[in-house]
Amino acid sequence: MALLRLDGVARSVQLPDLTTLEILRSIDLEVEVGDHLSIVGRSGSGKSTLLNLLGLLDAPTAGRLFFDDVPLERLRGAARDRRRGRDIGFIFQQFNLLPGRTALENVATPLLYAHDRGFWRRERLAAEMLERVGLGDRLHSFPTQLSGGEQQRVAIARALVRGPRLILADEPTGALDVETGARVMALLDDIAEQSGAALITITHDPNVASLARRHYRLDQGVLTAVATASTGVTA
Amino acid sequence: MRLVTGFVGAVVEAWTELRIHRTRVLLSLVGVGIAIAALTLVAALGGMVQQSQTETFERQSGRPALLSINAYNPTTGDAPDAATMRQAFAAAMERYGIDYSSRVSYGQWRIQLPDGVTDASVTAVDADYGTMHRVQLAQGRWFTDRDELRLAPAVIVNEYLWNRIGAPALASHPTLELPGDPGTTAVIVGVTPSPVYDEWPSLYVLETAYEARQAPGDQQLYGPPNYEAWVPPELADQLTGLVQADIGGSLGEGWEASVSRQDYLAWGGDYDPLLPLKLMVGGVAGLILLLGALGLLTISLVTVRYRIREIGIRRSFGATGGRVFFAVMMESVVATFVAGGVGVLAAVLLSRLDVVREYLLQGAQDTPPFPWEAVAIGLGSATVVGALAGLLPALVAVRVKVIDAIRL
Repeated sequence: MALLRLDGVARSVQLPDLTTLEILRSIDLEVEVGDHLSIVGRSGSGKSTLLNLLGLLDAPTAGRLFFDDVPLERLRGAARDRRRGRDIGFIFQQFNLLPGRTALENVATPLLYAHDRGFWRRERLAAEMLERVGLGDRLHSFPTQLSGGEQQRVAIARALVRGPRLILADEPTGALDVETGARVMALLDDIAEQSGAALITITHDPNVASLARRHYRLDQGVLTAVATASTGVTA
Repeated sequence: MRLVTGFVGAVVEAWTELRIHRTRVLLSLVGVGIAIAALTLVAALGGMVQQSQTETFERQSGRPALLSINAYNPTTGDAPDAATMRQAFAAAMERYGIDYSSRVSYGQWRIQLPDGVTDASVTAVDADYGTMHRVQLAQGRWFTDRDELRLAPAVIVNEYLWNRIGAPALASHPTLELPGDPGTTAVIVGVTPSPVYDEWPSLYVLETAYEARQAPGDQQLYGPPNYEAWVPPELADQLTGLVQADIGGSLGEGWEASVSRQDYLAWGGDYDPLLPLKLMVGGVAGLILLLGALGLLTISLVTVRYRIREIGIRRSFGATGGRVFFAVMMESVVATFVAGGVGVLAAVLLSRLDVVREYLLQGAQDTPPFPWEAVAIGLGSATVVGALAGLLPALVAVRVKVIDAIRL
């Protein structure tokens, strides 16, 4: 059973002049538990739109999207929000740490929306996750006191603290220097593998993309599998 | 479980948000805190002023429900013989189990002061009158039944008269000479306070002592005593008819009894004489709170627009629209509740200042404690204002488009 399946998914928007702009066209994709795939594309190719669809933040205008074999249209409103909180972790290019909150508070924030034991143990779980990303000594540091690499590690800890089954990373190294970016990606790849979560990295950086096992290119809204020396043709 | 974690989570979020933005929150809440303090204080002081006014009314016209009873001959207009009326009145009081009753007569006595003889107003009453009219004493005590047995009548003088005789200590059993035929000596057992405008000697004496000194023409001059009974307000209407019929019957043919309420609650039927005061107090408090709420609403609306990105991030973590709405609302409610608590505390402390209490209570006997209603009004208003002021920002927060917010 695929964790995530897209069948002929398209996304278009109507422009003010009433013409239709097709951002994504007939996308087919299956993501299994433990997958690691990268999606590479230029600016304006539709990467963020695809990420929003994969993260259940947006709905396709055509085609069908299944999460755990449940069609997206059956997940409405609060149920979709709760599914997103429980099963999907986001990592953003600009880290998007909440200002004024310590690293510990930032990582504990997603657990505020949990309804299980994680809610009551959120501080301990957050501290453990920060330990895992090597920030055990920076629990009470504010974002402004952390370097870019440290901030992204906090963001990774925050994305993983609820034990998601799908991690969506949007240009995770876009705001970091090459060396720091490589270290952060290695960490992300490592932790995702350990937790068994699927990792989808959207990037324009070939080095980051190369860490994935399956590779895709998004060009003018069309998603195509890319062959690599190590993996051969993927689909 | 989901409800509990949802509620606790929203409160935790709200509290964290308030902690982080404490300067903004403090600034926005100064107005609310002051408004709540003012509202609570006004409500509490309103209660105190009301108590003071109520006691003043009760001193003047008796505590509710006070029945005024008299009898007359409709043909001649004459009053019945004092002894007959007293007997009929006493029988009626006993029959209906009325515990507090008093005769009231007004007259004048000649009294001997150090600088000569002068007239003093006399109010002759029974011992129950003190309770029925909340008679206030500056010194000494009110009459007891044992005072009826005194050969030298007990009197309670006003402060003006007491000062005229040199303000003697009551423990020394000061006396007052009553010249006449026969002359007698009264013992002062208490002193009633005199307002600044009270510049006439006056005293209370027990009705029995007053009657004993009455000259033959006095009843013609000053009229017969009035009779008063203090009954439960809910039984007043029923007892009015019963007592009237009872006394009329006891007096026999040719006599009619008249019983009517004279306490302040009966002055205008359902009219509440304190209503204007209550309306004024409520109006001022409402206006203060409205201004505080408007200030808070403005700041909350501006703030939520600065937080759109943060709200988007929270939605990406799984915060539902309802949860975002509730959390933003809770920020406002928690903040105003805390501000309300501080405001209420300030109001309690202010109201305890001696100068405030003395000014407002104007010597009321029953100093009311800080009314719980005022605390409830203060905290309740704070919560309602918080919810109302948080409503619009919460609606704005829910309408945030997650995708756009994250990209900001």
